[in-house]
Amino acid sequence: MELNHKDLLGIEHLTAQEITLILDTAVSMKEVSAREIKKVPTLRGKTIISLFYEPSTRTRTSFEIAGKRLSADVVNISASSSSVVKGETLEDTGRNLQAMNPDLLIVRHACAGAPKRLADVLPTPVINAGDGAHEHPTQALLDAFTLRERLEKLSGLTVLIVGDILHSRVARSNILLLKKMGANVRVCGPRTMMPHNMELFGVEYVPRLVDAVRDVDVIMMLRIQKERQQGTRFPGEREYARFFGLNRSVLQHARDDVLIMHPGPVNRGVEISPDIMALPDSIILDQVTNGVAIRMALMYLFTGK
Amino acid sequence: MALLIRNARVFDPTEGLDDTLDILVVDGCIKELGRDLAVQQGECREIDATGLLVTPGLIDMHTHLREPGQEYKETIESGARAAAAGGFTSVACMANTRPVNDNASTTRYILEKAREACVHVLPVAALTVGLQGKALTEMGDLKAARAVALSDDGRGIADPQVMRHALEYARSFDLPVLCHCEDSSLSGGGVMHEGTVSALLGLGAITPVAEELFVQRDIALAEWVGHPVHIQHVSTAGSVRIIRDAKARGVRVTAETAPHYFTLTDEAVRGFDTNTKMNPPLRSAADIAVIKEALADGTIDVIASDHAPHSSLEKDVEFDHAAFGIIGLETMLPLTLALVREGVLSLTQVIEKFTRNPAAILGCACAGLRVGAVADFTIIDLGLLWTLDRTQLQSLSCNTPFLGHTFTGRAVYTVVGGIVVYAYQD
Repeated sequence: MELNHKDLLGIEHLTAQEITLILDTAVSMKEVSAREIKKVPTLRGKTIISLFYEPSTRTRTSFEIAGKRLSADVVNISASSSSVVKGETLEDTGRNLQAMNPDLLIVRHACAGAPKRLADVLPTPVINAGDGAHEHPTQALLDAFTLRERLEKLSGLTVLIVGDILHSRVARSNILLLKKMGANVRVCGPRTMMPHNMELFGVEYVPRLVDAVRDVDVIMMLRIQKERQQGTRFPGEREYARFFGLNRSVLQHARDDVLIMHPGPVNRGVEISPDIMALPDSIILDQVTNGVAIRMALMYLFTGK
Repeated sequence: MALLIRNARVFDPTEGLDDTLDILVVDGCIKELGRDLAVQQGECREIDATGLLVTPGLIDMHTHLREPGQEYKETIESGARAAAAGGFTSVACMANTRPVNDNASTTRYILEKAREACVHVLPVAALTVGLQGKALTEMGDLKAARAVALSDDGRGIADPQVMRHALEYARSFDLPVLCHCEDSSLSGGGVMHEGTVSALLGLGAITPVAEELFVQRDIALAEWVGHPVHIQHVSTAGSVRIIRDAKARGVRVTAETAPHYFTLTDEAVRGFDTNTKMNPPLRSAADIAVIKEALADGTIDVIASDHAPHSSLEKDVEFDHAAFGIIGLETMLPLTLALVREGVLSLTQVIEKFTRNPAAILGCACAGLRVGAVADFTIIDLGLLWTLDRTQLQSLSCNTPFLGHTFTGRAVYTVVGGIVVYAYQD
């Protein structure tokens, strides 16, 4: 089986079979990272450009390490050091990069749909590394990989996502992926942070966290994105932590073996209390490790052939 | 030169006319209506209109002609050509030019430019200085300069006291007030309709309530002040209900919608095409159904294009950064004729919403199809199949989601003051 897409713009366009192919490919890629010599020649001679219009540490480093472990040449461009500040349009920047013959473009942008604009005008494959509040497909894939690794399946699981669903591209991609793979999704958070028609997503909304955590296999906490708040979404961090933050007393209502995830970066003491991050059920750092494997798999699948 | 239209289906609901006739035009006016009219002595252009419909000249009461200030998007001359190609003989142009048409000099400048244009141009002036929603414009002066109406189109007037005083002052000069109903504190930052699609795309959303609050408010103020209001670009089911209730109470309120609000839903935004970004935004299928009902039952009096030209500088950018609006002059009649085939509107209703109703709201004469009237009329081929191609657009801009769309029916000749200003060519 092959992926029949030029680009990876979102989970929306993938089938369950394609998602499984990506996860399976990442299994062998993860093995590379465990070797003493963490490098294979698979993408030797390929050029990968990562174009980041938004700050990022984890995702960007993860892509860079993934590319290097596959022997690709990885070039990083951030908006602050590019022509963006000189007023160049997104498409013009893309065409200029295209003229240097890259094999893959990784794009992060604050505007939903921006990677699609580039994908539509450029022959080079584009991987969306997060566009506004739209999608973050590589995050959802690495989350799925991590869950499958721990629980050996995705189908039939119940996953709770807590936080600012409205502004979260991580939530959006995860909901789409988990539904496609046959998992049940529940969401929790203040009503001001929920899309108007949550039901139409096929997810269950549970307003109180202590109720929402009952009987779920996984709790995925989202970062409260202070930069996306406009002032009236919630009264403050203290109240948020009290009613929507994950701590030991909330966890008493959950199953003993519940897994705890967070896409990072974590606001310690806001959406998640520090003692929980250290629990064995917290797989937050596994997510980061697996991010490299998923991105290696995607680079291989989108340029390797 | 005289003009003789042969064998047309002459259709003017106001005159109670629907008959196969010839029309003879001499010196810019209709001289004779009848069968087998004799060719005049001297030069006479003859058009065989067998199978074609002749209606009074169409009026579009909501356009943006961009001049002065943004002539790279549209000029009064190019906008008028686009209007003629769409079958319009008169267009009203909104005040959000640069500078804003908030003073008599700018109004006079527009009318001066309009003398070269091929259709009648009716300037709408601003209600408040600079469209800032604070100080009232010199409405008396504007009327003397021949502004036909007042509107801060593009922005809702946030302060209700300013809106109240604007209505009262406009009443003193008997100037129609056209309302852009949008509570920007509620819609601010939004780029599309708030619904399932906005939730899926993660785009900033505009609740229908942002429109409905101001529809409600402006109608309440109009009722109190005793001056009629016209609600521009109605897009939501809730607005329709408010307007319908007000009309039933006898409040003097009229309303318009644009063809995209009964043709496309927010589903069209899925591909992030910036030509689906307009304000108000494309709404849901349920809204479309109610808009159609409202057109049929007369709650919505007028169809207007909200022709909003933008260049690739404003449109070929990220969806969040793209300008709101699409061009509409050249697609409005064909999109509306689809409602006739669908059984939503009768041809009579369409022509009234394109002629008599907007003329009445703006207080302008509507040239009817009768002997002695100014020869402003439109010749329509109801069955013509044609495909919208960028190269045939008369507008300087091509920001429309309908490029490549195949339509049935269009204006094939437009006649202004007895002159054929547009003739369709394949």
